[in-house]
Parts: sequence; structure tokens; C-alpha cells
Amino acid sequence: MDSTRHAIVAEGLCKRYGDTEALAGFDLAVPEGIVCGLLGPNGAGKTTAVRVLTTLLRPDAGRAEVAGVDIVRQAAKARHRVGLVGQHAALDEVLSGRQNLVMFGRLYHLGLARARRRADELLERFGLADTGAKPVKQYSGGMRRRLDLAAGLILAPSVLFLDEPTTGLDPRGRNEVWEAVGSLVAAGTTVLLTTQYLEEADRLAAKICVVDSGRVIAEGTPGELKSAIGGDRLDVVLRADDEIPAAMAIVGRVTGGEPESDRDTRRVGAPVRERVAALTEVVRALDEAGIVAEDITLRRPSLDEVFLRLTGHPAEERAGRQEVAA
Amino acid sequence: MTIASSAAADLAPRGGPGRLRWALSDAWVITHRDLSHWARQPAQLVVGLLFPVMMVLMFAYLFGGGMVIPGGGDYREFLMPGMFAMTMVFGIEATFTAVSTDVSRGVTDRFRSLPMAPSAVVAGRSAADMLNSVAGLAVMIACGLAIGWRWHDGPGAALAAVGLLLLLRFALLWIGIYLGLVIRSPEAVMAVQILVWPLGFLSNTFASPATMPGWLGAIAEWNPLSATVAATRHLFGNPGWGGDSWAAQHASLMALVWPLLILVIFFPLSVRRYQRLSR
Repeated sequence: MDSTRHAIVAEGLCKRYGDTEALAGFDLAVPEGIVCGLLGPNGAGKTTAVRVLTTLLRPDAGRAEVAGVDIVRQAAKARHRVGLVGQHAALDEVLSGRQNLVMFGRLYHLGLARARRRADELLERFGLADTGAKPVKQYSGGMRRRLDLAAGLILAPSVLFLDEPTTGLDPRGRNEVWEAVGSLVAAGTTVLLTTQYLEEADRLAAKICVVDSGRVIAEGTPGELKSAIGGDRLDVVLRADDEIPAAMAIVGRVTGGEPESDRDTRRVGAPVRERVAALTEVVRALDEAGIVAEDITLRRPSLDEVFLRLTGHPAEERAGRQEVAA
Repeated sequence: MTIASSAAADLAPRGGPGRLRWALSDAWVITHRDLSHWARQPAQLVVGLLFPVMMVLMFAYLFGGGMVIPGGGDYREFLMPGMFAMTMVFGIEATFTAVSTDVSRGVTDRFRSLPMAPSAVVAGRSAADMLNSVAGLAVMIACGLAIGWRWHDGPGAALAAVGLLLLLRFALLWIGIYLGLVIRSPEAVMAVQILVWPLGFLSNTFASPATMPGWLGAIAEWNPLSATVAATRHLFGNPGWGGDSWAAQHASLMALVWPLLILVIFFPLSVRRYQRLSR
């Protein structure tokens, strides 16, 4: 594999904790300059993968290069090339935002003057210039995350790792982080992002890797993933819920797929292959049967449905399990 | 919007004096962080320094009247070396809280993801805590002088006593770092207090081990704190208990041996524990 054209290459990474295989042959190849989303439920191994790739954990087996540097044999060098924004805002609560950035800048050996200049640049850039002098404990969740992000960018890393960057944020804070990530990638940084939010992966990532039980089980663009698991879906919203059984029979016959229904939303749906033909046929058949539809739509499957199809269990099912990250 | 900027760091030097200079400079950044905490939270600093002063006043004036020193002597003269040593012991709690807070909040992981000297995180922490303890000890000495405590055998012996006290603090610091890395939950400081308070009180600080039940007296006499207290009482020329046990007879020796023994055990344990964060 030509690693110079990939920002991240991982081959067969393994990490075991007692009986738990946190990583079980984890392979990954992320081209330069894109956002790659690692999508999976709690306990899938996403955080462990990020901790291995950022040199915080040593893998039991396998190898990986980040920005062309071996993360085990050249760990110190790799730390110059990567930025990490972990699950918790890893900041000193007592110090001001600016003091935090200056401190981390000095630990990157920028020297005091350069560390200060860089801190001011980043505060400006993340809209924190006005609040830079306040202690971090007075910051909102979104502000902390932005400061955390700024701290990960002090050295302008070529690869930035974001571990569930919007977990626990309100919609406004989430949007702030999404905008920041968008502008980073526009400037050429490669971003590896882990998320449990399908919406987030769909919105930010050019490539999505679905992670389950310590390995990547599917990868591709959001569109490719959706196509790969059975194409589009036809949804019919009925006016009355007592017509659901009849509508299911019609939809099932026309599409040849397994129809599903939801009584609360009066929705009947099924996967389709021939988009337009199926649509025309369903409209005609419903009309003949005297069933009134409020709405009929053709849509791509949601990432929730993608995950369910790929893993055989819903994304939420194991949400209670703890992410293994010692 | 640009990322490329004034930020372009030099790669770490391969070895030798350059590397040492970097390690020292990194440790200083971590120490400086703690000093900035003092500037940002002066009230917390003052409370931390004055708590032991309150303890002194309580023991000197509240209980002091009822205490008789065998062989005569002033109770406050007797009390102060014990209070100095207690202040050193209670420092474990501050160290533990700082270390476990950083680990639980992910700050330690951020440090570990930076191209900084790995030793700097703990070295900087221990330097900051030692500076804090020097300040605390200075306040306590001033407090002692204010209530009538004096040293009697000259500044050289007094400085040696201060040295023994700081040696004890330095040794206990590594227990604090170790516990902080193992327990990783700042809320557990309560549990650490339960560990620390008996160490503080089950000693010769306030009462003579000779007056305790035999087994308890033996524990008190062999308590590392008791060795430091007895040795500093001797060096300051303050009254003490004496005692017939080997530990009491060789208190000055044990005031060196105990801290060194604690260091030999907990320094490598802490370093290993820190390295094992990557396991």
C-alpha cells in the first residue's frame, strides 16, 4: 500500500484487555485531505483505535502509519504530526483559555513568544478572542469544545483525531464544532472522527468506516454504503391506520421486498429496485384498492438502517456497554 | 482562515544535554501551570496555608493547657515540630487530588499526546508541590514563632530539621502521585484522608507512645512520621518524649531511612504506573 498518499494507514491492529478484544484486526486507509468517520456504537473499538493511532496506547499486534510516520517505532515524531481532541475537553479548568493554549504551545516547544502569538491566532479563529482571559470553568460546553479543538491545532497537524467531538453538546454547540471541522478540511487537514451520531457522520464525512467488535466491517462514501445495502426505500404515509394491512400487502407485492410498518406514523415502507416503476405501480394499486395516501416518497436509507443491516443489531442496542479505554 | 501559521516546532533533540534541557523546560511549564493556579485562586491558596495554622492554634490554646510534658518544657515548643510534620503528611491529599483530576479529565492524555518529555508531567507536579510545601512550612514556622516556639541549637541544626521535613514531604509525594494514577477519581480523596489521618495522629505528635496500649504504642513509634517528629524536635532543641524502643532511640537515623525507603518503593511504582497508561 502506498502510504504517502494516505494520511492514515492501519493494518491488522489488535488490542486485548483480558477477555475483551477491543481491536481485532483493525484495518483502515484514509486518503489525505478528507474527513473519515468511524461510525459505531459504544464498545465497538472506536476510541481504542484513536488512542492507538495517536500513540496513547501500544497495539498488541499490527502496524500503523499516520502522516507517513510509524506510530510505534517513531512515536515521538508522530506526536508532532497529529492533533488529538479526546472525548473529554482536556483542559485546565482553573486557567484561562489563553493560558491553556500558551501552556500546550510551550509543551510543543514553540517558545514563549511564539506560543503566545499562536494562542492569540487560534482564539481569534475560534471566536474566543473576547473570552480568552476568562477561566475555562466559566465556558459553555461549545466554547470548551472549540478551545479543545484549538489546543489540538496548535502545531497545525496534518492529521487531526476527533473522538466523539460533539457528545454532550447542545445543537448550537454541535453546529459550532461542525463548522470548525468543515473549515479545517477546507484548509487541507485530514480528520478522523469517531461518532455514534449517524447524522454527524453523514454530514461531515466523505468516507465512513462502520466499526463493530474491533474491526471495520464496511466502508465507503455515505452514498456507496447506502447503495450497498439494498438501494432505495419507498415509503407510503396513509390517512387511516386501519388500512395498514391492506397497504402492506400491496407494497410487498409491487416491490417484491419485505414491507415494514409503523402504526404511530401510519407509514408503510419497503426497499425497492426499480424506483420509478415501483412508484407508479404502487400509486395505481393503492388507488384501485381505494386506499388514500397522504404522502408517497422514494428515499435513500438512513445510516441507522445501514448499521442495522450491516451488523444485524441496531446501533442503540449496546449503548449501555462501556467503551474499552484503559 | 489558515491553519499554517507561526507554529512550527523544532523536533526533539536526539539526546545528551539538549534532551535534558528540554525535559527541564517541559517540567517548568507544568510547574508554572500550578503556580498560575495560585495566582488565579488566591483564596484557595490562603485557606490551604491557614488550615494547619488553625490546627496549631486549636492544639496550643484549646488542648495545650491540659498537656504535661514529661521532664518539663513548654507545650508549644513541644507541639510545633509535630505540626510541621503533619503539614507535610497532609500534602498527600493535594498531590492526589491534582494527579487524579488530570487523569480523569483527560489532561494527562493530552500531555501524553504531545511531543514533550514524558518525565516532565510528574517532575513538574512534584516541583510544584514541593514549592507549595516550602511556602506552607514557612507560614507554619512564622506561626510557631508568633506563639512562642523557638529553635535553640542554631540555624544550622534548624535548617537540617527543615530539610528532614521536606524530605518526608518529597517521599510522601510519590505515594500521592501513585495513588492518583491508580485511583483516577478526585472524589476518592475521602478515602485517601482515611488513610492519611491515622498516619498523622497515630504517632508521637500529640501524645507519648508510652501512654498508649502496647501494640498501638509500637505502631506509633515505628510510624515514619514519628521518626521525623522526634528527629526535628531534637534538632530544634525542643522537648520530646524520648522512649526505650529501638525506633525511638534511633529516630534521627529513621528520619532518613523511612523517606528513602518510601521513595525506593513508590518512585519506581509511580513511573511504572505512568508508563502503563499506554497498556
